[in-house]
Amino acid sequence: MNFTDLISTASSSLFKSKVRTLLTIIAIFIGAMTITLTNGIGTGIKSYLNKQIGDLGATNVLQIQLTNTTKYGPGSGNTGPAPYNPKQQVAISAGNGPRGKKQLLMNNTDIQTIKSIPNITSAIPVHPLSPAYMMGRSGKYQLSIQEQYGSTTAALLAGLGVNNQSNQNQMIIPATYVSALGYSNNQSILGQQITIGINNALGKQSTIKATVTGVEQNALIGGLGAFANSALANQIYQVQSVGLPPAISDSFTTVEATFPANLTNTQINQLTTELKNKGFTGQTIKDQENTIFTALNVIIIVLDMFGVIALLAASFGIINTLLMSVQERTKEIGLMKALGMSPRKIFTLFSIEAVMIGFWGSILGVAFAALIGKVVNTIGSHGFLKDFKGLSLLTFPLSTILAVVIGIMLIAFLAGTLPAIRASKKDPIEALRYE
Amino acid sequence: MNDQSVIESRQVTKKYGKGESEFTALDNINLVIKKGESVAIVGKSGSGKSTLMHVLALLDQPTQGSVIIEGANASSFNSRSLDVMRNKKFGFVFQQFFLNGNDTVLNNVILPLKIAGISRKKRNILGMQSLEQVELTNKAKSKAVELSGGQKQRVCIARALINQPSIIFADEPTGNLDSQTGKAVEDLLFRLNKEQGITLILVTHDIEIANRCDREIHIVDGKLTNESSK
Ligand SMILES: Nc1ncnc2c1ncn2[C@@H]1O[C@H](COP(=O)(O)OP(=O)(O)O)[C@@H](O)[C@H]1O
Ligand SMILES: [Mg+2]
Repeated sequence: MNFTDLISTASSSLFKSKVRTLLTIIAIFIGAMTITLTNGIGTGIKSYLNKQIGDLGATNVLQIQLTNTTKYGPGSGNTGPAPYNPKQQVAISAGNGPRGKKQLLMNNTDIQTIKSIPNITSAIPVHPLSPAYMMGRSGKYQLSIQEQYGSTTAALLAGLGVNNQSNQNQMIIPATYVSALGYSNNQSILGQQITIGINNALGKQSTIKATVTGVEQNALIGGLGAFANSALANQIYQVQSVGLPPAISDSFTTVEATFPANLTNTQINQLTTELKNKGFTGQTIKDQENTIFTALNVIIIVLDMFGVIALLAASFGIINTLLMSVQERTKEIGLMKALGMSPRKIFTLFSIEAVMIGFWGSILGVAFAALIGKVVNTIGSHGFLKDFKGLSLLTFPLSTILAVVIGIMLIAFLAGTLPAIRASKKDPIEALRYE
Repeated sequence: MNDQSVIESRQVTKKYGKGESEFTALDNINLVIKKGESVAIVGKSGSGKSTLMHVLALLDQPTQGSVIIEGANASSFNSRSLDVMRNKKFGFVFQQFFLNGNDTVLNNVILPLKIAGISRKKRNILGMQSLEQVELTNKAKSKAVELSGGQKQRVCIARALINQPSIIFADEPTGNLDSQTGKAVEDLLFRLNKEQGITLILVTHDIEIANRCDREIHIVDGKLTNESSK
């Protein structure tokens, strides 16, 4: 029997017991749909995060902190408090992040050490900026702002990014700030001056002005705030530090360093190893991205498990369906063998039936998942995902779809081997003997 | 008639079961069937007729002894060449028709060619020619279930003929038919034997049909008894 005849014989056999075939296909369909949807969500979020992480800053930037050997503050954890080290300054975090987490403070000596490492082109401290308010045409609002470091790739809805070489105070703001600042649309706020109020350590309030150069898209991570150029960031820090003793105003927890953009991965690894040897921990944007992705992957794998369980159940469905079919078609199989069909071809015939069940189930499952994705994305972009412009919650790359379809066909084939072997071993005499 | 042997059985014994329950279905069968002959295998129910036919048709293997097909010992064939042999040289007609009821008459007839991997176009032409020989071309597109018993058996004969076999094995081909339609099927088989020189091996317990054959082989409890030849 040639291949096309095997295919057509297999499909007409499947078609003969429509209900049974359909039910088996539905089981596969559910598994295929689940896996496609979970992966679709994973891919959608990942590609969105990828774009967002691009917005966080340049990829040739290292965030450097002193290596924390004990994770938590005194009295906590299993290791007990760390011995006192007069050279180490410690700040205990009480607000954001895990309470009691110990952060080591750095000073200018550390900057010098970092700068001495080969391939480090610049290193500057990251100071937390804590302005009191911002004000546009009317009304005072809280302002969350951080320094834009490195060359920016922020996804802008209007205008341009800030210029760190400029000595003019510049900032970009999230789209959600526009109306609070008294402007009707993203275009109208470009080039306008915003007033920023700052409290210093002595409790005195003063104001500075900054120009809005661009409006950024709302971001899922890292964003949700404005970005200042170096000139503005420095000025805010200077004003807010007035009255602080130098030991405090000159200490910080994080240093941002740049390295040449053309470094290879091995060279970057060498760089972080060198930092490690000197007692620092350096993370690139990529490293931070990887941390997020690892967590995301774990969630996706757990979700995928549901699909895998559904498929496992479905493959028993295939085994059952085909065993019944082999039993019912004993005479047909016997006749074909008597007429010279080889056991190998009989095996192939039943395997094709199994693979076809897998094929139709997975194709329909994938198609239905894609349909759901389209509906969810359309509804979402007008509703619950409105603030995340550019996020397609469900994304289905062709490679995933192919992997799901081919993977399920393979599972179906494996499930089909038991019935197919049984069919190929049928003795034509037994089949043709009549009572 | 020439004297060339097509099938020979040499000291063929077939046993079923082991030990206590061992049962000898065929006991030391020796026979030679010549090209173009029509041979009836006659015996009571359970005497071993079908078993003998299956062994001769290479559907089953003897426990002892050997089957010689056109001078070659069948035990030296591998399973692939046994399959090819049955597919190309033999035609089968069974008491139960073994037709695929939901499929068309033509598709049932061309099954051996489909198994042989012959193209759809060619096998449909040959299928129609085969149906012509059993005078059922007008039923080619009908579903097999829609036919009467006699027509079904003629479809089976058309299927047996399609590969232009040198031997047709027929196991009680008229067993399920009334005497009139049975007679028509019988006539058809003998006509093919006479006109096309196809060797006919016919299993039957009907003495009248057996009498129409060139030779009768009588079998009792797996043993050959008086062989009568005309
Ligand atoms: N697979 C088998 N196992 C055991 N006994 C069998 C088997 N096949 C056939 N027989 C026995 O062999 C004998 C001959 O059977 P068979 O050739 O079908 O007889 P007939 O065709 O003459 O009616 C019977 O007694 C039958 O019960
Ligand atoms: Mg019988």
